[in-house]
Amino acid sequence: MAVDSVAAARPYVAAPRRGPVTRILENEHWFAFFLLLPTAVLLGLFIAYPFVKGVLLAVTDAKVGVPGNFVGLQNFAVLMNDSIFRIAVWNTILYTVVTTIFKLALGLWLALLLNRHFRGKALTRAFILLPFIIPTVLSTFAWKWMFDPTFSVINWTLFHLGIIRTRINWLGDPGLALISVMIVNIWRGVPFYAISLLAGLQTISPELAEAAAIDGARPWQRFRYITWPLLLPVTMVVVLFSVIQTFADFQLVYILTGGGPANATQLFATYAYQIGVGTGLLGEGAAISLAMFPVLLIVVVVQLLYIRRVETH
Amino acid sequence: MIEGARWRRWIFFNLPLALFVIGLLFPFYWMMVTTVRPDAELYRPWMAPNYTPFWTLNPTLDHIRYLLNKTLFNRWMLNTFFISVLATVISLFCGLLAGYALSRLKFPFAGSLGTGIFITYLVPQTLLFIPLADIIRNFRLGDTPWALVLTYPTFLIPFCTWLLMGYFKAIPRELEECARIDGATRWQAMVYIVFPVAVPGILSAGIFAFTLSWNEFIYALVFLSSPEQKTVSVGITSELVRGDVFYWGSLMAGALLGSVPVALIYSFFVEYYVAGITGSVKG
Repeated sequence: MAVDSVAAARPYVAAPRRGPVTRILENEHWFAFFLLLPTAVLLGLFIAYPFVKGVLLAVTDAKVGVPGNFVGLQNFAVLMNDSIFRIAVWNTILYTVVTTIFKLALGLWLALLLNRHFRGKALTRAFILLPFIIPTVLSTFAWKWMFDPTFSVINWTLFHLGIIRTRINWLGDPGLALISVMIVNIWRGVPFYAISLLAGLQTISPELAEAAAIDGARPWQRFRYITWPLLLPVTMVVVLFSVIQTFADFQLVYILTGGGPANATQLFATYAYQIGVGTGLLGEGAAISLAMFPVLLIVVVVQLLYIRRVETH
Repeated sequence: MIEGARWRRWIFFNLPLALFVIGLLFPFYWMMVTTVRPDAELYRPWMAPNYTPFWTLNPTLDHIRYLLNKTLFNRWMLNTFFISVLATVISLFCGLLAGYALSRLKFPFAGSLGTGIFITYLVPQTLLFIPLADIIRNFRLGDTPWALVLTYPTFLIPFCTWLLMGYFKAIPRELEECARIDGATRWQAMVYIVFPVAVPGILSAGIFAFTLSWNEFIYALVFLSSPEQKTVSVGITSELVRGDVFYWGSLMAGALLGSVPVALIYSFFVEYYVAGITGSVKG
C-alpha cells in the first residue's frame, strides 16, 4: 500500500523520453562538474583571485586610488625593521598561545561537568553556548563597558570583595590591556570548546571508566589513561580550528582597544587594517596580512596530516 | 557519578558549574541592566556610595527610544537580515550540490577538490580583506549589500559543504539505487531521495550559516561606507561612538536588540546548533 502511493507520487516513473541536458547529467563526471560549478565560481572569484591579487599587491607600493609600482620584497623588508610590526607578531603569538591553553583547560573542565546527569542539564547547556552564538561585536561592547575604568562593575566587585584597593584601568594600562583582551577571547571561546569536547566525551562508553574503577583506578587515573586518550582526536581538531580563528582575530581588539594603548594590543589583523585601510597603504597592508599565511599554512597542514592519519588507522 | 559526601558534590560540581554559568552569562545580564538604566545612574562612578551595580530602581526606555527614532537602527537590522538570508540561501544551494558531488560521485580529482574546499574552510577573513576590498571596488559592488551577499558565501560554502558531506555519507546508497532502477535521473534521485533525508543537516547548516553571517564584521566594516547601508555590528560601532563619546545606554540597547534575531533562532533550534558545532569539528 505504502509502496504504491510512493510510486504514484513520483512523476518521473512514466517519463522515458529525456532531453539532451538530462543525458549529459546522466554522465557521472559531467554531473559532478555541474554540481561543483557554482561553488568553484564563487570560491575562485572571492578566495583564489583575492589571494593572487594579495600577493601581487604585497610586492607593489599601491595606495588607495594609486595602482603603484613593482617594488619587489621592499614591503616585507620594511616590516622586518618596523618595531610596531614586531610588537604585533609577538602579541599575536602570545595571544594565541595563552588563550588557547586557557580555553582548552576551562572548556575541558566545563565539558566534564556537563557530562554528568543533573536536573536542568539541557537548559544549562543551551545557556552556556550564548557567548558563542551572540554576535561577537555586540557582546564585546558589553565587556568594554564592564572594563570602563570609571564605571566598571568589575572594579566595584573586586573592591568590595577586598581584592583591590584602587581602580584598575583594564584597557588603558599598556601592561593590562592585552590580558583584558585575552579574558574576553577566553570567555567567548570556552563554550565552543566545552560543547565540542562534550560531544567527544559522549561517544566514550562509560563502561570503560567503570571497568577501570572496579580495577581500582582513581578518578584522576581514569581521566589520564582512559578519557584523555580517547578524547584526543576531537581535542586536536578543536584546538587547530580555534588556533586559526584566534591567530587571525580582529573584532575583539578593534572594539576593545583599537590596537592601543601604544600598540600594546596590536595583532596582525588590526595592524593590517590600520595600515591598509586606515592609512590607505594597500601594498604594505596586504603584506602584513600575508605574513600570517605561513603560520596558518603550517596549522592547516598539521590538521590535514592528522585527519589523514586518523582515517587510515 | 560523584562518590562520597554531599559536600564533595558541592565543591567539585555545583560550585564550579554555578561559577561557569554566572561568568558566561553575566555580560548579557549587564547588557540588559544598562539598556534600561537612566543616564544619571549610568554615569555614576563605581566609587560613589550610591552606585547600584546589579539593578536599577528607575528603569527607562529612553535609550531604546533614542536608538529606534534617532538612529538608522531599523535600517541596519533590515540590511543585516537581507544580507544574512541571501548569503545563507546561496551557501546552502552551493553547499548541497558540492557536498553531494564530493561525498557520492566518483570523478577525477575528487579527493584534491575536497581537500581544497577544506582548506578554504580554514582561510580567515582577515587574510584577504585588503585585496578583496580592491576587487569589490573594481566590480563596482562597493557600498552595496551585494558586496557582502557575494563574499559571505566564501566562508559559508566550505562550512556547509563539509557539514553536509557528513550527513550524505550516512545515507545508504541503496536508497538512491532503488530510485535509479525505477527510472529516476541522477538529478531526481539527488533532489527527491537524498536531500529530503538530509533535512536535519540542511537545517543545521542553514541556521549556522545565518548566525555566522549575522556575526561577520570585518568585511562589512571595510566594504560598506554610507550609514544607511551598514549592518547592525558596523552601524552600532560607527554611529553610536562619536570620537571618544560612547552612547553607552543606546549602545547596549543596540547590542541587545541586535542579538534578538540570532537568539530567537538559537532558542528554537538548540539541538541543530549543537549538531552543527560537533559536525563541523568531526574532521
